[in-house]
Amino acid sequence: MPLPRLIPCLDVADGRVVKGVNFENLRDVGDPVELGAAYSDAGADELVFLDITATLDKRAAAVATAARVAEHVTIPFTFGGGIRTVDDACAVLEAGADKVSVNSAALARPELIEELAGALGSQAVVVAIDSAADQVFSHAGTRAEARDTLAWAKECEERGAGELLVTSIDRDGTRSGYDTELLASIGDAVRLPVIASGGAGTTQHVADALDVASAALLASILHEDPQRLVSLRGELKELGVCLR
Amino acid sequence: MSAKTVAICRYGAGNVRSVELAFTRLGAELIDDVEAADLAVLPGVGAARTAMNGLRDRGLVEVLRARTKPTLGICLGLQLALEESEEDGGVRGLGLVPGRAVRIEAERVPRIGWAYVDDVAYWFAHSYAAESPAVTATSEGIAAIVEHGAFTGVQFHPEKSGPAGQRFLEQCLSRA
Repeated sequence: MPLPRLIPCLDVADGRVVKGVNFENLRDVGDPVELGAAYSDAGADELVFLDITATLDKRAAAVATAARVAEHVTIPFTFGGGIRTVDDACAVLEAGADKVSVNSAALARPELIEELAGALGSQAVVVAIDSAADQVFSHAGTRAEARDTLAWAKECEERGAGELLVTSIDRDGTRSGYDTELLASIGDAVRLPVIASGGAGTTQHVADALDVASAALLASILHEDPQRLVSLRGELKELGVCLR
Repeated sequence: MSAKTVAICRYGAGNVRSVELAFTRLGAELIDDVEAADLAVLPGVGAARTAMNGLRDRGLVEVLRARTKPTLGICLGLQLALEESEEDGGVRGLGLVPGRAVRIEAERVPRIGWAYVDDVAYWFAHSYAAESPAVTATSEGIAAIVEHGAFTGVQFHPEKSGPAGQRFLEQCLSRA
């Protein structure tokens, strides 16, 4: 097995890294290239950029950001947010991203996963699953999909997804720990790598997530501070987690 | 000494930009002529069948077979250099290197993340790997590097492996 991965997640709007609660009251916290490079230097294994740009031409914004990041960041990064077609995904990968993440678009039209895997290879296709009470939600966790989380995870694998990014909506923002039960049950149901997301408050939470998942997405626990990643890595190593 | 020339084969959709940027940082001159370049690079983009079709459509199959100067295959680029691949129900490869690409038997597939080759960690993202007498280094028992004549293939992505990857590409370039 490759080493457990720590993946800082940066929300991007109109080419800037932003911080907000439920996509409201967005606050500018920096440049994606500068923050991405700083996280890379701080020991990040990969990065995830989640584009929450509200403007209509999301693709142009995503491509411009991906191109700028690729110029300066030499670790893998995933781009998510607004990817609806193979053309969208190709444009972002050709700009220098390594993977795309899809969520609502795959729920609306699951064939998209097969199309992306066929064009780009499974390793470039992350399906993000937002789950609450074992049910899948779309549209940033606001719309119930009447789909069982485990069944959807298996369907994503069958359709050619390369990884699953699993967010527990119940835990997101609570700092009460990742939903390790949900992560373990998905990990048992599929052979794909699972990336844990939602709920990290302490170093022990991250260690617990890496027990049951291949990678942990790190958002608010880092406070947009690359130095926090350095200390977190040190603390995880002290807890016996084997990091790069 | 003038800059070494590097030609990156374009044959499908994917992140070739990072390979270009890596060689640009190393001071190489990027050119389109795969036949003449000091180093040809076969990057890994997409899936085996569409990738082979892409190489054929662009007339790159014969050019790559005829090369006597170094060629570097990355990820799928390494797998395409073999005689065949199990992917997509079986695909005939370039045959630059003896052996075949087979689906890996890892706990999680695709095998994604950083893993050690000797004592250096590189980033991998793959579901298939080489089974070949030309394997010269492994990672967790899985082929990581193959070397055969003027061809070097790496299963990992040096262009995405930070400073360690950059050093690896620098060595490839200096030998070219």
